[in-house]
Amino acid sequence: MIDLAIQVGQTAKPEATLFWILAPLSVAAALGMLLVKKAVHSAILMAFVMIALAVFYIAQGAPFLGIVQIVVYTGAVMMLFLFILMLVGVDSSDSLTETIKGLRPTAITAAVGFGGLMISLLGRATLGRNAVGVEAANAEGNVQGIASLLFSTYVWPFEVVSALLITAALGSMVLAHHHRIQTRPTQRELSIQRFRSGSLANAAGLPAPGVFARHNAVDVPALLPDGTAAAASINASLKARGDVLNSSAFELGNIDTSVEEEK
Amino acid sequence: MMTSTTLVYLIALPLAGSAILLLAGRRSDKWGHLLATGLSASSFFVGLYQLSLMLGRSNSERPITQKLFEWISVGTFKIDASLMLDQLSICFVLLITGVGTLIHIYSISYMSHDADRRRFFAFLNLFIAAMLLLVLGDSYLNLYVGWEGVGLASYLLIGFWNQKPAYATASKKAFVMNRVGDMGLSFAIMIAFATMGTVSFSGVKAAVDHTSTAALTSIGIMLLVAATGKSAQFPLQAWLGDAMAGPTPVSALIHAATMVTAGVYLITRSNFIFDAAPTAQLLVVIVGAITLMFGALIGTAKDDIKKALAASTMSQIGYMILGAGLGPVGYAFAIMHLLTHGFFKAGMFLGAGSVMHGMNDEVNMRKYGALRKFMPITFATFGLGYLAILGVPPFAGFYSKDMIIETAFNSGGAKGIILGCVTLLGAGITAFYMTRVMILTFTGKSRWDDEAHPHESPWLMWLPMAILAIGSVTSGYLLSHGDALVNWLSPLFENHAEHAELLSPLVVSGLALAMVAIGIAIAFIKYSRNEVAAVAPTDVSIFTTIARQDLLQDRFNEAVFMAPGKVLTAVLVKTDEAVIDGAVRGAGRIALGSGSALRGVQTGFVRSYAALILLGAVALVAAIWVVTQ
Amino acid sequence: MNAANYLYLSALLFTIGAVGVVIRRNAIVVFMCIELMLNAANLSFVTFSRINGDLNGQVIAFFTMVVAACEVVVGLAIIVTIYRSRRSASIDDASLLKR
Repeated sequence: MIDLAIQVGQTAKPEATLFWILAPLSVAAALGMLLVKKAVHSAILMAFVMIALAVFYIAQGAPFLGIVQIVVYTGAVMMLFLFILMLVGVDSSDSLTETIKGLRPTAITAAVGFGGLMISLLGRATLGRNAVGVEAANAEGNVQGIASLLFSTYVWPFEVVSALLITAALGSMVLAHHHRIQTRPTQRELSIQRFRSGSLANAAGLPAPGVFARHNAVDVPALLPDGTAAAASINASLKARGDVLNSSAFELGNIDTSVEEEK
Repeated sequence: MMTSTTLVYLIALPLAGSAILLLAGRRSDKWGHLLATGLSASSFFVGLYQLSLMLGRSNSERPITQKLFEWISVGTFKIDASLMLDQLSICFVLLITGVGTLIHIYSISYMSHDADRRRFFAFLNLFIAAMLLLVLGDSYLNLYVGWEGVGLASYLLIGFWNQKPAYATASKKAFVMNRVGDMGLSFAIMIAFATMGTVSFSGVKAAVDHTSTAALTSIGIMLLVAATGKSAQFPLQAWLGDAMAGPTPVSALIHAATMVTAGVYLITRSNFIFDAAPTAQLLVVIVGAITLMFGALIGTAKDDIKKALAASTMSQIGYMILGAGLGPVGYAFAIMHLLTHGFFKAGMFLGAGSVMHGMNDEVNMRKYGALRKFMPITFATFGLGYLAILGVPPFAGFYSKDMIIETAFNSGGAKGIILGCVTLLGAGITAFYMTRVMILTFTGKSRWDDEAHPHESPWLMWLPMAILAIGSVTSGYLLSHGDALVNWLSPLFENHAEHAELLSPLVVSGLALAMVAIGIAIAFIKYSRNEVAAVAPTDVSIFTTIARQDLLQDRFNEAVFMAPGKVLTAVLVKTDEAVIDGAVRGAGRIALGSGSALRGVQTGFVRSYAALILLGAVALVAAIWVVTQ
Repeated sequence: MNAANYLYLSALLFTIGAVGVVIRRNAIVVFMCIELMLNAANLSFVTFSRINGDLNGQVIAFFTMVVAACEVVVGLAIIVTIYRSRRSASIDDASLLKR
């Protein structure tokens, strides 16, 4: 472990500073991913880890990969994650209590063992071995270097990977394709169904937020004719997030008229 | 050797008949029997034509061959499917096709009430073709094909009425016991191939000189095993009595005249092997002598007319085998007895069939009696055959059987005296039981049931009987006049030095006739002077009981082969259940048990699987850690 | 100049990702943890590239990214499909293999 401690601090000075700031932060963010309840928060922490990694790539002489990391991962992949989170329900939060007996201690013990062994192995492999550095390889520019490799040595894997990408796109389309079993109900049928189902209260549809209210905003509930706030006019997601303004402040009876009188 | 292009027709004609009848099915019901008979007769005429050609050639040019096609070609080992007709084969060809055709004619009438007559004729033609292939094959392998073919035909015909379980069992018994002999033949072929590298008759004959005596003896013994199987010789004789389950024409053709003599043909054909293997030759003689007495003793006790005749066949073939075992001097006499026996025994079987035909298929001789008056033609033809088998001069048996007895006596030393006495005694017993058959069937008082209305058979049946009877009378004289057959066959066999004559032919004939007379006298005293019971008496001596049970041959087989076989199969079944099934089931149980034990791991939760993968990764990294230490 | 510290970071992040896969139930979070593991591996590749002084490691990392993108596309489509029929994104609910 002493060896380890010595080895860790041996990067060149400015880079070391960067590393020692960003690395603990990214480890903390990664741990946070496991500990927060809401998937959205996990996603944001993940994005942070990815950006930190992009910085590390650039610091290690891989500017192309760093940019790609930001564009592809933080830009596209994380956007996809968030998009799916929205579909699945952004307000859902997980319970962190374990339901499978003995899984968590097993996993943590295994992970500690795994991490310890890996670090020990890596230390053994890299001990006293200085990095060559990619400056020579990047002499003509990092992008040019990668391109010359990609289109010479790795041209065949490159083509295969492109086929994989197309297949994956097609696959996701097939998976997402929803096969309609019944014919789509017409607007007329929907309307009839609405009037026939239960009370007439919902027949006209839910009230839009902000109607008759002093604030024409999505987080302000509509006011009913009797002056009370209509709770149904607010999106459930906003309500779950707790982003709804207190509607009672906008009810007719409670309007503070003093402000207008001052004008 | 001259080649021919017409030999194949001998086989092709009956084979085509069989194929047409079997393939055309019921459409050929009306004319199938006529076609089969016609084709058999055509084959006979082809045989006569070949004989005329052969007579026109000098001795050394008589054998002819025909190559049909190249059958097996493996490296340097080549076997052609080719036929060979020589002086020995032509005798068989004419016997097979001649007697065969007569029996075809007989069967037209005999089987006329049978719904499956067409099938019967198809099988008969198949048999003729297979038997001809047997005697015409130019190598042991070609012979083997015919050998198996006649076995098949025999099986099909014994079990022709297989709706009766006993008959089906009889056919199976014949087939299985024949298989034992067939194994012998296949072993002989394999040994011949291994030691000589060839299986053709000419090749083996040429190779005999530089082959060890041990190999020749083993080949000879295996050939003898084959012969005992096919010819119902001791110890593979038990199937012949049961083979009488087949229709009587079948018994006449296959189990009297032709197929059962295939063993004699095989030994005679392999004379060059037996001449060079004295041990095997001695065994042949012993087998012949034992079977000769065996069959004769069984014959004295049988009340079933066909079984009595079958026992007699066994005994007579014993004579032939004995003759063939006596070496070069005996081959020709064995063949001569084979030919004359083919006439008189076939005739007697057809006579027995005629009797059965008139007696509602009754086979028990104790239910016969006084049939002479009702069936004069059958009586006459049967009687001529009877005189022939007894060896009464000038009938056929006198020439052929006395020759064998004489040769046996003259084979030298104690062996000659023993064999001579056995053959003489056999002749006496033969006289006794054949006389018994004659008396029980044709003379005395009638003992049949009221439903029986004995009548003479139609001309289609008695004509073949008459022709065969003529053969029984004349064939012996014709074949032995001026040593005709001996000279005819002599090019095939090694020349031999004459043995010193122990007894002159005249003395032998006198002795034989005396024995025959004694046998006849005993039979007359026992069955003609005394009343014959319609039901077989049960308070008889132990010897009669044993003889009635075929000298315990079946019991012996059951005790020595079947019982241990059953024990062996029982043990094997148990072993199979305990060890093999146990191993299989055990493997299943292990899989099942380990599956049940491991089922707990399968929670169905992806995360627990992921945890297991993680553990696996830990193990892997730990392994790398240890290895790179 | 020794770049081993990046490798240690990579190992730590990978381990954290592995633990996340095992202990989190939300399919999307599990998926993100898998991405974390891939990213950790990528960091290793880039560091190896630097240690060895050639760009092969970077190219491999590039390929990993492409494969990861494919995986995300298909995996998320599967999650959506499962969610559509089960109204749940918990991977413990999809345990039909047991029953």
